[in-house]
Amino acid sequence: MISLSNYLVIGTLLFSISLAGMILNRKNVLILLMCIELMLLAVNMNFIAFSYYLGDLAGQVFVFFILTVAAAEAAIGLAILVLVFRNQRSINVQNLDSLKG
Amino acid sequence: MMNIAIATPEIFLLISICIILLIDLFLRDDQRLISYILVQISVLITAFLLISTLHTNKQLGLNAMYVQDELGGFLKISILVLTSTAFVYIRKYLNDKNLWKTEFFLLVLFAVLGMMIMASANHLLLVYLGLELLSLALYTLVAFSRDDSRATEAAMKYFILGAIASGMLLYGISMLYGLTMGQLELQAIAAYIDTQAILENIPLLFTLVFIVGGIAFKFGAVPLHMWVPDVYQGAPTATTLFLGSVPKIAAFAMLIRVLSESLGLAQSGWAQLLLVIGLLSVIIGNLLAIAQFNLKRMLAYSAIAQMGFVLLGTMTGTLEGYSAGLFYTLTYALTAVGGFAILILLSHQGLEAETLDDLKGLNERSPWYAFIMLLFLFSMAGIPPMVGFYAKFSVIQALLQGGYLWAAIILVLMSVIGAFYYLRTIKMMYFDKPELDFTLKTTTLDFKLVLSTNGLLILILGLLPSSLMSLCTNALVTSLP
Repeated sequence: MISLSNYLVIGTLLFSISLAGMILNRKNVLILLMCIELMLLAVNMNFIAFSYYLGDLAGQVFVFFILTVAAAEAAIGLAILVLVFRNQRSINVQNLDSLKG
Repeated sequence: MMNIAIATPEIFLLISICIILLIDLFLRDDQRLISYILVQISVLITAFLLISTLHTNKQLGLNAMYVQDELGGFLKISILVLTSTAFVYIRKYLNDKNLWKTEFFLLVLFAVLGMMIMASANHLLLVYLGLELLSLALYTLVAFSRDDSRATEAAMKYFILGAIASGMLLYGISMLYGLTMGQLELQAIAAYIDTQAILENIPLLFTLVFIVGGIAFKFGAVPLHMWVPDVYQGAPTATTLFLGSVPKIAAFAMLIRVLSESLGLAQSGWAQLLLVIGLLSVIIGNLLAIAQFNLKRMLAYSAIAQMGFVLLGTMTGTLEGYSAGLFYTLTYALTAVGGFAILILLSHQGLEAETLDDLKGLNERSPWYAFIMLLFLFSMAGIPPMVGFYAKFSVIQALLQGGYLWAAIILVLMSVIGAFYYLRTIKMMYFDKPELDFTLKTTTLDFKLVLSTNGLLILILGLLPSSLMSLCTNALVTSLP
């Protein structure tokens, strides 16, 4: 029997991987977007695990909402990415440096 | 328990957005004024619908997910009134820049809808959905002038940091869901924490870190402030005007609803976090603002510092502290709207007024607008008799009552340091020669009228702050448990 804490550890691991990915990645904006999705999936993992072990459906409904919002968020993120590419001809993280100070 | 009626204003706003979107399809380019008028009317009707709900008892509806109380009503009316003011300024900007698209106003309305949901959410799911509706609309608004590479860069940064922040908030919510054995309703969480002894739990503190982090991002408070200067500078000034003022009220609503209404018993936990975040914001915001020569960036760092005050006031966990925070947020939003409106006034086709040099000699070009800007800057610096003085004063008073003497001393010191860059700007307006020799474009009557009222309101509220303060206190007394 897999216990609740195992699932929570997976959730934490996914969350940490996504954060580490964002910090370590110095090249591509697309990878940042992937890391954001991974972060939301870590949250989903937590919710589903709690929902199953507590016998409460609200957590799973919450996951549906997170998935839907994540889709909308990804759409807007990719749209902005396309605009960035059109204006700068690259999606390199290092090129996003004209605003600073 | 359905009671859909308590969401009538929100439903009305949503329907009118959809209808205006449809009507706009059939308008010619020279008829766009019609959709602007429709937008303004629908905002005002929504505010009017809310007034009738003000003095009613607390009501739950939509399966206890939604709450109608005086605090929610008060916050929503202020959001709507400020938005309507902002629209007057935004219209001038979009006209001057040939950026006129009705979508701009409609996206702002979607953001407003999200903020209204945040202001009366009684369930963590609704808090999240409202927050996302607000954020998604703001991301698109920042990228609105799509051929401007700075605007798209700012939008990209805002999007990534915002998505991380909402991921953090969600992670906190998921931990809280597990800790409270499946409670998501704000009041149910409070009741659960009251009966079960989980306060001294390390996981609860862990959860608080994530939730406070998500909220601090919306405020733009210090460890999560990186987006503020970049977005303020890169975004079109019309977006900056909206984004720098009205969403702060929604962030305050989220702060009160989540931290004080549902996690009020864990106040000692989140107070420490907010104390550190607030002090860091005030210190770093004020110090970095001195180094800025871009006016929008300077106002961004000033906003970070001002939000530090709000967090510190709220941190005390007393009624005085909450009302000082609410009062501060409202008056700051009113001041920020006006300050950015002056930037809109100065910018014209092809030139975005954003450096301090653009303000030089404003007094020679237009004494009246220079005076109005003087009122805004004095208020932000906290110089009496402007309203900013009273707001800062009440926060410091709340801190002293809570026994945070040293925090109050740091606040006073930082306000003095902060006064330097506001006064430097005023000096440039009054005593320097204009660098560019152009006359201000003539403004329409509504712009002139609204901006003047906005400026004088800062002065009048500063002279007579007690009525607004008692409104704030009253809203909080009747709504908090």
